[in-house]
Amino acid sequence: MCLAVPVRVVEIFPDGNATVDIGGVRTRVSLALVDGVAVGEYVIVHAGFAINRLDVAEAEKSLALFAEIAATLGGPRALRS
Amino acid sequence: MRFVREFRDGAAAAALARQIAAEVDPARDYHLMEFCGGHTHAIFRYGVQDLLPANIHLVHGPGCPVCVLAIPRLDLAIELAQRPDVTLVSYGDMLRVPASRRRSLLKARARGADVRMVYSALEALDIARAEPGRQVVFFAIGFETTTPATAVLIQQAQRLGLANLSVYCNHVLTPSAIQSILDSPEVRALGRVRVDGFIGPSHVSTVIGSRPYEYFAEEYHKPVVISGFEPLDVLQSIRLLVRQLNEGRAEVENEFTRGVSREGNVKAQALVADVFELRPQFEWRGLGHVAYSGLRIKSDYAAFDAERRFDLHEKPVPENKACQCPAIIRGVKKPTDCAIFGTVCTPRNPIGSCMVSSEGACAAYYKYRWRKPAAAAHDEAAA
Repeated sequence: MCLAVPVRVVEIFPDGNATVDIGGVRTRVSLALVDGVAVGEYVIVHAGFAINRLDVAEAEKSLALFAEIAATLGGPRALRS
Repeated sequence: MRFVREFRDGAAAAALARQIAAEVDPARDYHLMEFCGGHTHAIFRYGVQDLLPANIHLVHGPGCPVCVLAIPRLDLAIELAQRPDVTLVSYGDMLRVPASRRRSLLKARARGADVRMVYSALEALDIARAEPGRQVVFFAIGFETTTPATAVLIQQAQRLGLANLSVYCNHVLTPSAIQSILDSPEVRALGRVRVDGFIGPSHVSTVIGSRPYEYFAEEYHKPVVISGFEPLDVLQSIRLLVRQLNEGRAEVENEFTRGVSREGNVKAQALVADVFELRPQFEWRGLGHVAYSGLRIKSDYAAFDAERRFDLHEKPVPENKACQCPAIIRGVKKPTDCAIFGTVCTPRNPIGSCMVSSEGACAAYYKYRWRKPAAAAHDEAAA
């Protein structure tokens, strides 16, 4: 119910809706809750609404941290990726 | 899917697990409550618990909107759906949830009620416009993630002057539920549930921000880490909680920096504040009546309030005595403590809401954990 997914904005329409892409699947969502979204940005979508932007720089920072931990404490893979 | 797959990397998960194992104090236990049912499912799906040292205990919280909806509220939705003039519009999660006398919206539909499932609240608008002869009622449930969408629906209905659309509002608030858990006799006096810290919900916090949790860190001295829903997020959040507890800190930390700020989505908050107001109290399954924990539609939008339009009043119903959902929602019992779990009550034939919802703890246990691997069962028998 509270799960949301990060999607890329592909096209924005004058009525405040946008076409977004998630793993190659395209769908229409409402941008009524987030101002000033641009094509190419990532937003977090829940039940047909973008509820916020996805901060790509922050996401990359988290991933860099995880990569660093994996590099320093690496070993056999315990999970399937 | 970008920004999803990378957060499931196996090598990084193994490294994080090793780091957690190195940081835990073997002399103590860590009881961490994941508030949100989404986290419960992520933990089971990716076997997070199995990567953790034995002294980290994950307690499942009440953050499943389908599970916490009180049965009298669901009964009212079914009553509405059975009216010949009403089209009841609902998110799919609600359709199979058992109400009193083993009824459900799906069964009502099989008997001729007009119940329709939607993905977005705005679809109710389209249905109401296309079928002006029908009374279209949107069955609104959910925490703060879902509430802004309902606010947009009501504002647009007013703008369009749609006389045949109304909303049956059951929106609830995350901080109130956390407070109710912390104030419950099981936690405070009886000591039956121990919660040392919280894994906080990410998508709810995307909307409300991290600020509302500061009260719990300060007043109750419980650390909160807002966590994304992918396995690396959950592991990293557990690591941050372990660190805070080791150092005797109780702060709000944000692991989900890619979507959550301290302020949250101010525009969404303003929309919600325009349309909704606090109910003096609201009934939750498992938690009972909790003060200022639910929302109702403000009088400015009274014309769109289904409870006023159809003069709806809740009637108390007894819980099914065998079903342990209320205790499971409070974290007092685990699904496997319930006598009917996996036998009488299964996802195909659910007795309680926790078995229905994709965020319910019973559904997670049934799907991912019920049949323990032989090795784990052997270890337990030996211990």
